[in-house]
Amino acid sequence: MKITFDVNGRRTEADDVWEGESLLYVLRERVGLPGSKNACEQGECGSCTIYLDGDPVCACLVAAGQVQGREVRTVEGLADGDTLDPVQQAFVDAGAVQCGFCTPGLLVQTHDLLERQAQPGDAEIREALSGNLCRCTGYEKIMDAVRLAAARKAEAASNRVPVRPERFTGS
Amino acid sequence: MEFLRPATWDEALAAKAEYPTAVPIAGGTDVMVELNFDRHRPVALIDLNRIPELHDWETGADGVVRLGASVPYARIIGHLSDRLPGLSLAARTVGSPQIRNRGSVGGNLGAASPAGDSHPALLASGCLVEAASADRGPRMIPIDEFFLGVKRNALEPDELILAVHIPSATGPQQFAKIGTRNAMVIAVCSFGMALHPEAGSVRTGIGSAAPTPRRAGAAEEFIAAELADTGMWASRGELAAATAKRFGELVAEAASPIDDVRGSAAYRRHALSVLARRTLTWTWDEYRAAGRAAA
Ligand SMILES: Cc1cc2nc3c(=O)[nH]c(=O)nc-3n(C[C@H](O)[C@H](O)[C@H](O)COP(=O)(O)OP(=O)(O)OC[C@H]3O[C@@H](n4cnc5c(N)ncnc54)[C@H](O)[C@@H]3O)c2cc1C
Ligand code: FES
Ligand code: FES
Repeated sequence: MKITFDVNGRRTEADDVWEGESLLYVLRERVGLPGSKNACEQGECGSCTIYLDGDPVCACLVAAGQVQGREVRTVEGLADGDTLDPVQQAFVDAGAVQCGFCTPGLLVQTHDLLERQAQPGDAEIREALSGNLCRCTGYEKIMDAVRLAAARKAEAASNRVPVRPERFTGS
Repeated sequence: MEFLRPATWDEALAAKAEYPTAVPIAGGTDVMVELNFDRHRPVALIDLNRIPELHDWETGADGVVRLGASVPYARIIGHLSDRLPGLSLAARTVGSPQIRNRGSVGGNLGAASPAGDSHPALLASGCLVEAASADRGPRMIPIDEFFLGVKRNALEPDELILAVHIPSATGPQQFAKIGTRNAMVIAVCSFGMALHPEAGSVRTGIGSAAPTPRRAGAAEEFIAAELADTGMWASRGELAAATAKRFGELVAEAASPIDDVRGSAAYRRHALSVLARRTLTWTWDEYRAAGRAAA
C-alpha cells in the first residue's frame, strides 16, 4: 500500500508498504530517516520515540497505515538547520552520549518533557524517561543533560548570562 | 494482508462482520509486538484510530462515565482522575509514558490478559462493556461476565468494543501492583479496590493471580458485613487491624495463582494478602478523613 503523511513538516510518500509494517521501518528504510533507532521492536527501550500528532510514542508500535494523513516529528526534526535544539546541545555538553543508540529517543522524550514542564524535578525527569533504556551511561549524565537543557531554556527565556555546563555535571 | 481504515463506527462494524478474523488495532501496543515478531499474521488489520467516538468520553447526568474504547491512558490520567481514581491509578502504572500515550482500556480488554492493569480497577468500580456488531447492534456486557479464560473475553468474532460505562467514584478507590521496578512492569500480581458507601459495599479486583482477572467475593462479603454490623459507614470509626488482616487473607484465598518466571504461586498469594490489607486501610483512612473534613 501507499501512505502519505507529514514528516518534520514535509509531505512524504512511502510506496510498497507492507500492511503489517511499523512506522519505524517506514521511517528508517523507506523515507531515509534512520535517526530513530530500532533496538527491541516491542516498546521496551524507547530508542524509536517520535512525535505522532504531538505526542511522543514508540514508532515500532505504530502501524504504518495508521499514520496516513498524520503529522510525525522525528529526532531529525528537532534542530533548526545547523543549530541544535537546546536539548541536543545539552546532551553533547553534558557528556550524555556514549554509543549514542539510545540518544534519539531520549532527545525526543526530553524535548516533550520540557515543553510540558519547563523546570522538572528529578523525580519528574526519571518518570518521563522511564521508558528509555540506556546501557552505557548509567543515566547520571543524562539527568545532568536534562537539568542543563531546562536551565538553558529558562536562561534563554529570561535572556541573562549563559549557563555553563560545569555547574550541572558535578565536576 | 489487508489494512482497513474505516472512517466511521458503522464502517468498522461492517469490516469486522466481513472479516471476523481481522485484528482491530487501536494503540497497537499489543498488536504490533505480535506483528513485529511475526507471531501472528492476520488476514487484515482494522485501524480504529479514525473513529471519533472511540476517542471521546462524557459523563452522564447519573455520573456514569462513558469512556471511548481507544482513549489513551495518558488522557484518563490527565482528565478523569477525579471521577475514576482507581482506573487512573492503574493507568499510571502501565508501561511508560510512550505506552500510555497510545495504549487504551479497549485494547486492554481486547487482549484480556490476566495481567491487564485496567481490569482490577474496572472490576472494583463495576462497569458495563458496550460491544456491538453490524448484525445484532449494541449490547452491554457486565464486567463480571467479560473475562472467560486466559486471553479470552466475551466478544463474538464480529463484535467490537465501543465504550466502557463506569460509574464515577462515590468513595475512595485504590490500586496496587507488584513488580521489579515502577515502570515497564507486567504485574506479578495486582489489586484494585473501591468503597461504595452509598451501597454499603466494597468491591475488589485481583490481577495476575488467576486465569482471568477476578473479584474476591468472600472478602467483599466479609468486609461489608463487618462494616455494617459495627455501624462503621456512619461512625467512620477506626478499622481493627485484625479485620484488615482477615480481609487480606480472604483476598489471597480467592486467587488461584501459578508459578511462573515472574513469581511463585506462594509469593503471589502472600503479596496479594499484603496489597489487600494495605489498600483497604488506605481507602478506609481516606473515607474517615473525608468525614472529618466534611464535619
Ligand atoms: C512495553 C510495553 C509495556 C506494557 N506494559 C503494560 C502494563 O504495565 N500493564 C498493562 O496492562 N499492559 C501493558 N502493556 C500491554 C498494552 O499496552 C495494553 O494491553 C494496552 O491497554 C493495549 O491497548 P492498545 O490500544 O495499544 O491495544 P492494541 O494493541 O491496539 O489491541 C490489543 C487487543 O485488543 C483488540 N482491540 C483493540 N481495540 C478494540 C476494540 N475497540 N474492540 C475490540 N477489540 C479491540 C485488538 O484486536 C488486540 O487483540 C504493555 C505493552 C508494551 C509494549
Ligand atoms: S525499538 Fe521501539 S521501543 Fe525499542
Ligand atoms: S549511550 Fe549507549 S545506550 Fe545509551
